[in-house]
Amino acid sequence: MIHKNRKFVIRLTFILIAAIYLIKLFVIQVLSEDYQAKANSNIIDREIRYPFRGLIYDRNGKLIVYNAPVYNLEVIPKDVQLKDTLAFCEVFDITREEFDEKIAKAKQYSYVKPSVFIKQISNVAFASVQDYLVDFPGFRIQARTNRAYTYRNLSNALGYIGEVSPYQLERDTANFYRQGDYIGILGIESKYESQLRGKRGVKYKMVNVRGVEKGSYKNGAYDTLSVAGENLVSTIDITLQEYAETLMTGKRGSVVAIEPKTGEILTFVSAPFYDPNLLTGRNYGKNYSQLAADTTKPLFNRPLMGAFPPGSIFKIVQALIGLEEGIITPQTRFHCDRGIIDCHGPHTYQDLRGAIEVSCNPYFWNVYRRLLNQNVSENTFVDTEIGLEKWREYVMSFGLGRPLGIDLPHERAGYVPGPSLYDKIYGDNHWKFSTIYSNAIGRGELQIVPLQMANLAAIIANRGYYITPHLIKSIGEDGQPLVRYREKNYTKISPEHFEIAVEAMSDVIKRGTGMRANLPDIEVCGKTGTVDNEDRGEEDHSVFIAFAPKDDPKIAVAVYVENAGQGARAAAGISGLMIERYLKGCTERPHMEEYILNGDFIY
Amino acid sequence: MIVRESNQLVNRLDWGTIILYFLLVSLGWLNIFAVVYDLQADQSIFDFSLRSGKQLIWIIAAGLLITTIMLVDFRFYSSFAYFFYGSIIIILILVLLFGREVAGSKSWFTIGSFQMQPSEFAKFATALAVAKYLSTNNRVFYSLRSQLTLFAIIGLPAILIILQGDTGTAMVYAAFVLVFYREGFSPLLLGIGIAAVILFVLTLFISQVYLIIAVVVTAFLLIGLNTKKTKRIVTIAVTSFAVISLVVSVDFLVTDVLKPHQQNRIKALINPDGDPLGYGWNVTQSKIAIGSGGMWGKGFLEGTQTKFDFVPEQSTDFIFCTIGEEHGWIGSSVLIILFVWLLYRVTIIAERQKSSFARIYGYSVAAILFFHFAVNIGMTIGLFPVIGIPLPFFSYGGSSLWAFTILLFILLKLDAHRLQVLTR
Repeated sequence: MIHKNRKFVIRLTFILIAAIYLIKLFVIQVLSEDYQAKANSNIIDREIRYPFRGLIYDRNGKLIVYNAPVYNLEVIPKDVQLKDTLAFCEVFDITREEFDEKIAKAKQYSYVKPSVFIKQISNVAFASVQDYLVDFPGFRIQARTNRAYTYRNLSNALGYIGEVSPYQLERDTANFYRQGDYIGILGIESKYESQLRGKRGVKYKMVNVRGVEKGSYKNGAYDTLSVAGENLVSTIDITLQEYAETLMTGKRGSVVAIEPKTGEILTFVSAPFYDPNLLTGRNYGKNYSQLAADTTKPLFNRPLMGAFPPGSIFKIVQALIGLEEGIITPQTRFHCDRGIIDCHGPHTYQDLRGAIEVSCNPYFWNVYRRLLNQNVSENTFVDTEIGLEKWREYVMSFGLGRPLGIDLPHERAGYVPGPSLYDKIYGDNHWKFSTIYSNAIGRGELQIVPLQMANLAAIIANRGYYITPHLIKSIGEDGQPLVRYREKNYTKISPEHFEIAVEAMSDVIKRGTGMRANLPDIEVCGKTGTVDNEDRGEEDHSVFIAFAPKDDPKIAVAVYVENAGQGARAAAGISGLMIERYLKGCTERPHMEEYILNGDFIY
Repeated sequence: MIVRESNQLVNRLDWGTIILYFLLVSLGWLNIFAVVYDLQADQSIFDFSLRSGKQLIWIIAAGLLITTIMLVDFRFYSSFAYFFYGSIIIILILVLLFGREVAGSKSWFTIGSFQMQPSEFAKFATALAVAKYLSTNNRVFYSLRSQLTLFAIIGLPAILIILQGDTGTAMVYAAFVLVFYREGFSPLLLGIGIAAVILFVLTLFISQVYLIIAVVVTAFLLIGLNTKKTKRIVTIAVTSFAVISLVVSVDFLVTDVLKPHQQNRIKALINPDGDPLGYGWNVTQSKIAIGSGGMWGKGFLEGTQTKFDFVPEQSTDFIFCTIGEEHGWIGSSVLIILFVWLLYRVTIIAERQKSSFARIYGYSVAAILFFHFAVNIGMTIGLFPVIGIPLPFFSYGGSSLWAFTILLFILLKLDAHRLQVLTR
């Protein structure tokens, strides 16, 4: 019994080991939260319930954009058992190298979790591979949706969707998007992204070590349902759009038609155009690079991004400012002396209405001179500067020189020159009217975007105001457009001055340069423009703005065809056909349609 | 008279230990149910197709075993100690010849659908033999011959079990060192053993060269302090040489003697993150399961890691994960305290024995239970290499439950009659 004290050593050993274990357990169970996270990532499989993206209808309820099912082939590397890899490659039309690369990538991501193997297998392709799937354990099909388009038109306004970029993910502070999600990239898809995208739902599933589902996590307490995106009703008349695109086939330019009272855009053509279905699905990348490389620039959104001098259509603005400033009256006449500035046609001494009808250049040279030099200052230079500033304010009240605020991205401002520009070019007090008179007839430094042209037609149709042109008239259940598209914007011109302009524009159609837009029983008002292109050695651009009917206008249209010569030709013809089709629903002048369709307007 | 005797027996039994035993067995049973319970199929704990139902059968059978042990005369265990030992050695040899291989170990007998693992029962038989030998040979620790006999008694079953391919169970026999220590075995040897283990672990972490340099420097320092005593110089030199041999042999041991899966277990202990999907899987997942339990656990039947098979061998060797996950640190602590309480209680029982046979047997029980407890829980929390031995009374399995029941209740039987023994 000499070793009796050893029992204490033994007991102490027991207690010591127990104490060490308790401390270690306390460290891993209570102090460290790492293990809880790891345990959750072990068993929880997040299944995203993708919402349906909102649909887009045209103004008459025709479906333009919808969702079509596509299928992603997913792989769980751990479960893959391929007896014949080459057979697999054949079925899914990939090379052996691609296969190895994709498998390696999937393994790198996770051995037990599914990752996308082949993206966006179309409905048709899916039907053909479906039967083979049973032979390929470890591969499964996950249904997703992609955009599909009923019509081959309107791609420039609709835009497209694509996978969210790393840059966008970084900027997405609200953490809405995940890698692989789709996001609107251009057009309506991008501007109305937050309304269209809906809300993603999540389903938490528990899985065992082999990835087999073991029921919902916490009885679905954390699960959320997906909420479909809001449907949009567009202002576009898709039939009219289709017609306009047909008329513009083989030409370069744009056609914009607006319902003047509401600012709703009826057609929005950028020619040449492309089929929106090209930028959806598996071949998105390939098709996009083809379109981007095309020298006719089909991806360039001409109605918003093409800015050029307005030409003669600007004379109406000059006339209205002149009337408002009181430097002319409808009865004011000027001699068409053609000394400083050239003119065309056999006229010599027109009043205002006549000057607009024949588009007399010297007349508006005079108007512009009176506008700029109102003898407010003794110094001609200062006087011109004051006049120009005032003129600029008037012009900009027509929605020129700044982005109108259409619901599309990348809208350009155009340009209305002010004193600061000429100070920069010529130096302070080194320029006066004679330096800058080109602006008088819509040339010079003035730049205007086709959408602004159409808006200008709408302003005259409305006799002095416009509603910002927009493409979406109703969002979701609300049934309203965005608030900013419900407000009237007034120009700085009193409404009564517009009547003379309207009458003059009516004359242009009946007797003047716009005869190709003349319709038998609808009173159309319009104004041609020919944008001088001599500097670049190219044919002039053909420009035309119009609205109809003269009283209570239903449609205002601006057509601009690049390098197609005088506005009286292609642009006026197309405008007339558009108005006719919209107001009558048919074409009663087949010869005119023939002329537009078959005429060679690209010089 | 029999009634009076059995009344006396009931009165003299150590009920505290028995209550601890049943507490552990029932908690084990509930946890086995928690492991096999499937959320989607609402099963009953009594479902005999489940492991929990089967374990219940083993538990009831264990009750019969206890009754039998209590009814047999207490002197029988001492008298027949060598007989038990001899029989189990023969059975172990038979298993080696005719046994069935399960998971790489040829340690099972199959009779119909019933499987038995004799190596589990070898523990109590060896304990009886050790107690018998030590109690009948005085001054055993002063004779090299008796010492060798003693080590042969524990070595023989251990070697047979290693031959069966179940190194884990064989290692349990190292636990007897604790008994020898209590009985007067030199602590020096014990110290050398512990030092060897520490050195072994160190060699896995530190480069051989540094260790050898350290040993040589230490040896010269020690010699330099006592230059006069030649005997001491020789001792130090021999010891240093032994240490260096060990250091060198570790590398050989790890790479050449140990099987690949055994090497991996050691690697996993040192660095489980080295290959979390390969050799580190068991330890990594086991720690995740336990660690995710937090302070209070996820609740009974609410564990996910164990239920969804992330942890291997959950109802047997890794049963502790279920407790850690479902009952948290509190539950784990309760279990550890219960075990230590039981161990403590067994040492008290051992110490109060008048016969040295009963005392030595008691310490054997404590040592075997302690080894299982320490290694089993230690491996689940990454403090020990993965050695496949069960948690006593807790793990699923008839053989181990019965073996531990026999082990413990023979002690309780002896204890109940302790006053009937004359002090030797």
